[in-house]
Amino acid sequence: METENLQSYIQVLVLFIFVLSIFVGFEVISKVPSMLHTPLMSGTNAIHGIILFGGILVLADAQTHLAQVLGFIAVVFGSANVFGGFMVTDRMLQMFKKKK
Amino acid sequence: MSSTIALILIGVSVLFILGIKFLSSPKTARKGNLVAAAGMLIGLLILSKPDGANIWTQGWTFNYTLIVIGTIIGLIIGAIGAYSVKMTAMPQMVAMFNGLGGGAAALVASLEFIKGANPPEIAGVTLPQDPSAAITIPMLFATLIGSLSFAGSFIAYLKLEGKFEKPHTFPGQNFLNGLILLLILGLCGWLTFNATGHNAVVAFIFMFCLALFFGIAMVMPIGGADMPVVISLLNSFTGLAVAADGFAINNNAMIVAGTLVGSSGTLLTLLMCKAMNRPVTNVLFGAFGSSGGSAATATGIAGTVKPIQADEVALLLTYAQRVVIVPGYGMAVAQAQHSVRELSDELGKRGVEVQFAIHPVAGRMPGHMNVLLAEANVPYDQLIEMEAINPTMDRVDVCLVIGANDVVNPAAREEKSSPIYGMPIIEADHAKSVIVMKRSMAAGFAGIENHLFYKDNTRMLFGDAKASLNALVAAVKAS
Repeated sequence: METENLQSYIQVLVLFIFVLSIFVGFEVISKVPSMLHTPLMSGTNAIHGIILFGGILVLADAQTHLAQVLGFIAVVFGSANVFGGFMVTDRMLQMFKKKK
Repeated sequence: MSSTIALILIGVSVLFILGIKFLSSPKTARKGNLVAAAGMLIGLLILSKPDGANIWTQGWTFNYTLIVIGTIIGLIIGAIGAYSVKMTAMPQMVAMFNGLGGGAAALVASLEFIKGANPPEIAGVTLPQDPSAAITIPMLFATLIGSLSFAGSFIAYLKLEGKFEKPHTFPGQNFLNGLILLLILGLCGWLTFNATGHNAVVAFIFMFCLALFFGIAMVMPIGGADMPVVISLLNSFTGLAVAADGFAINNNAMIVAGTLVGSSGTLLTLLMCKAMNRPVTNVLFGAFGSSGGSAATATGIAGTVKPIQADEVALLLTYAQRVVIVPGYGMAVAQAQHSVRELSDELGKRGVEVQFAIHPVAGRMPGHMNVLLAEANVPYDQLIEMEAINPTMDRVDVCLVIGANDVVNPAAREEKSSPIYGMPIIEADHAKSVIVMKRSMAAGFAGIENHLFYKDNTRMLFGDAKASLNALVAAVKAS
């Protein structure tokens, strides 16, 4: 395959992943009880903390001072999002107990 | 990218999906959160550059030192926030973490865009760059949605903290917001095809600022009580921004994780609105339509308010077979969760069946009340959802309403002119007797008279919820 064709082929594949993920996202929480809406919101909130990866990738390649400063802020924000999000969700969920 | 890493990334995506799946049942929820966190850790360890090289095996530069320092600072901020926040302030915490994620997504996209538009010179040679529209559009999208989410979450946080809680509106606001949005979209359209050069950078920065402003302008008109819906929506926005970043920097794990959050967040937003019986457009743009009219005057409520003393209530409770407690945010404000649990335990010892009826929007965000009661060690199988408990309410001897108001107001069922007409409620008035614990006769958050207080089978126990509950516990113990 020519490079250009391969490029657009990969882009379509990625779009494919995107569309399927939308449906999976709808499907997995369609039956969640309202009892768990708060931890669920906080848990999904932690998952988008994956933006930390993006921050790390751009900061690793930063070549100007501006890029270093902004990339550093992005890493701090993303790291607070991902670690704080999972910790606070765990703190909430450990309290949910069944009757002894 | 080597195929091993691609295969591991599939595993990571599955962990995220399973994590969210497990989060939807109280038995597995904690495990679900840990499963998702494990996926995140694996993803971090195998993180690769677009050319496939693992990021941790590259030559160590100053940038890596910055990465480590930044991650540790974020970890400390996150841990302090997560372990110090009071359970009543949970909505603010989620808003803050969400805003940070949105800000990070916008910054990552911006850096990529500026790098493409204004390529750095390496050894005097400018690298040829020709960003295609397929890369530019996700970058613009991530910047727009991410900065909107950042600014919007910040305003939502302040509103939940009690700063300018009221909706802020002015004439022509809708028009102005629409104009800003059009301008933003116009700039994005132009930038899609002119993504290089000095002008592109200037236009991009202008777009970034406008998006921040739009985030503020969008959330300001929405009242404090609707903030949970806004946060849930912004949560899904951040997810989509992260997915778009994944497109731009070619990272499939980010695409899957971001999209999952985007679509599940959207569904969660709709579920919340459904629980309040309001269309999502009404929540987001409702403040524009309401012409300041709280004209729903309580017309002809029959009956009088009948007060009762704590020892009489204790007598009623101990002789009851089945007691249902309806907690509201007032209970959390009075920090009375632990006293409520003590009362429930004491009654349980005496053979009374005690259940808690939880309205889907009790507390300051959906599901918040369950967290608050879980904190006070109330087992979750004692918490019954509204739909499950309503058909059994007429077999309840005593219904104890603690700091809840609008969610038990029969006007939602009976009075067509009421602003909350049609909202699903817990049918407390169907119980044989109803005890309402309340500080005073002030109206609820929605400012509506509560018909329940005037019913023949209702008695009012006035006073601070915690003090009243402690008196009740003492009286029950003495009996």
